[in-house]
Amino acid sequence: MDFADLIQILDSALRLATPLLLACLAGLFSERAGIFDIGLEGKMLASAFFSAAAAYATGSAWLGLLAGIGAAMVLAAIHGLASITFRGNQLISGVAINFLASGMTVVVGETWFSLGGRTPALAGPARFGEVELPFADAVRDVPVLGPVYSDLLSGHSILVYIALAIVPLTWWVLFRTRFGLRLRAVGENPAAVDTAGVSVVGLRYAAVMICGVLTGIAGAHLATALGAGFVKEMSAGRGFIALAALIFAKWRPWYALGACLLFGLLEAVGNRYQNIDVGGFDIPTQFMQALPYILTVVILAGFVGRAIPPRAGGEPYVKES
Amino acid sequence: MSGDILPKWVDVLLIPLLNLVLALFVSGLVVLFIGENPFEAMRILVNGAVGSAYGWGYTLYYTTNFIFTGLGVAVAFHARLFNIGGEGQAAIGGLGVALAMLWVPWPHWSVALVAAAVAAALFGAAWAAIPAWLQARRGSHIVITTIMFNFIASALMVYLLSRVLLVPGAGGSPETARFAEAVRLPNAADVLPFLGFPRSTPLNVSFALALLSALFVWVLIWRTRLGYEIRAFGLSGPAALYAGISPVRITMIAMLISGGLCGMMATNAVLGEAERLVIDPVQGAGFVGIAVALMGRSHPVGVILAALLFGVLYQGGAELEFERPAITRELVIVIQALVILFTGALDGMVRRPLEGFFVARRRGRPAAAAAVPEPTSPRGADNDPVHRAEP
Repeated sequence: MDFADLIQILDSALRLATPLLLACLAGLFSERAGIFDIGLEGKMLASAFFSAAAAYATGSAWLGLLAGIGAAMVLAAIHGLASITFRGNQLISGVAINFLASGMTVVVGETWFSLGGRTPALAGPARFGEVELPFADAVRDVPVLGPVYSDLLSGHSILVYIALAIVPLTWWVLFRTRFGLRLRAVGENPAAVDTAGVSVVGLRYAAVMICGVLTGIAGAHLATALGAGFVKEMSAGRGFIALAALIFAKWRPWYALGACLLFGLLEAVGNRYQNIDVGGFDIPTQFMQALPYILTVVILAGFVGRAIPPRAGGEPYVKES
Repeated sequence: MSGDILPKWVDVLLIPLLNLVLALFVSGLVVLFIGENPFEAMRILVNGAVGSAYGWGYTLYYTTNFIFTGLGVAVAFHARLFNIGGEGQAAIGGLGVALAMLWVPWPHWSVALVAAAVAAALFGAAWAAIPAWLQARRGSHIVITTIMFNFIASALMVYLLSRVLLVPGAGGSPETARFAEAVRLPNAADVLPFLGFPRSTPLNVSFALALLSALFVWVLIWRTRLGYEIRAFGLSGPAALYAGISPVRITMIAMLISGGLCGMMATNAVLGEAERLVIDPVQGAGFVGIAVALMGRSHPVGVILAALLFGVLYQGGAELEFERPAITRELVIVIQALVILFTGALDGMVRRPLEGFFVARRRGRPAAAAAVPEPTSPRGADNDPVHRAEP
């Protein structure tokens, strides 16, 4: 493998890590506020479908993005209604949302487009094009740094840069603003937040809706930037990988970036080399696909550092009366 | 806010029925949205599922699958463990069936059925054992680990079928060799010829095995000491610990039984229907089990009824797709999602007004007349089966 190959793999890793990163940060907001969300997958899928459908209908990727965010927020609102207002089981609600998205996208897709659950292929302005960073062409011939800048960093869709920018933004919101402090507190000890006169319900809904926005962007990236249209089940377990990355990152934004890049790299390597030969031992591609899940189980088991979720996670808050 | 305020019939009958009606109502809106008549769709669905012996054959075949996975999820629910891993456990159970059938030349189907059931249960239980141990000993969240194990199982099965167990003559499609003719399970047309099941229906003797399993679960949960311990642990982990019940032991046992029951689904799907191991023999039955257990309030009778309901939905959905091409069979997944949503997550939406109603009604009467709930009433997932105290 030479340098150009390496750049190519890293480039595709960054591309593949983007939806994971967005979904992972979405889960971060939700779970930091004490709402477990295994419905990331479903929200991403719904957003992918509606963003592709809207982008096709309007010819604008940006309107597609808005539609995708809207769809994800509707599902987020259902999750909020079930887990905050009606104090239902958050995990069961998440399972239901995944199924709802999985079935609904095909049922509605077939009605609208009659393509077996697909949307028509998107082209031109209906997709997010590649953004050339400034001077990308000028520095292309500089050794090492040139390819890194012009091939690896430049030439991604705008959503990749948005996702990268959301990492410091998430850190800043969570750890440097009053809203973030309260949001984290509501995931650790909602009663204390309540006593301080701040609305637990309001904060939790805010977190769940932010989660909707971010999974919405993630889904739009899948259908209008990474792919050219919606394909049945196109999220393909990425919501669960994002959840795995969240545990890996121990619910912290910068670590989330690292974990998602790692999982993106695994996916890129798995896509490129169907079978990897390590010292005469043949690693099948299925093992590479399963690796994020295996790593998560190992992390969860506490063999590599302990991952402790927010304390009030999964618990509906019942105000004392 | 437990179910104790409500009479038992409201808890086990009225609320699930109301939830089902809500789910079907919203599904009807979806059908309306895609420009079809919901009543007509319902008629085709029900008629396709139960209107002919052919329909019944498929309906009961699906029901068999769902009884196994539903019971599996239900047993875990009783210990307040949320086993999402039914899908993976059933797939690995299928591996067990295939290995048992391919390695040993069984002389007769009856011996083969027992061997297949044992192998399926052992493999399914083994696949559940790791998440169970991690939950019991290391405090890993069982929901997350079982989800991860579904994916790992799926990757493992693809690997085994495409690289290890593949037969040369299968035309490249990843599947094992066909099982011997001697182990073919009698299907409904063989056993009950007078009922007129066509030969082509996949319903087979595994259905009886499923009913036996339901009986086993009922005896286990309500008539044995172990079942008592599982329920006690499910109601309150700390109280069970005080009573000398080991959380580690109960978590392990409940999950092993749960995984074993989910795995046994493969007896029906792999040995009874496909007669070889193909990619994804489970077809989502592991997830349907969650809906079945929730609807059935984790009681074997409820599970059988809910499994039948989902059997009707699955077979009727296939017929619906055939008759109304505008409606794809994914509509069934939407209905399934809505059933899970309304019975599992939005249960409080129906329950709370009813509780208000019954509290108000009871105040009008002397306290002694109030219905005393049976201490052994099946407590389903009505309030949070998942969150037990972390050790």
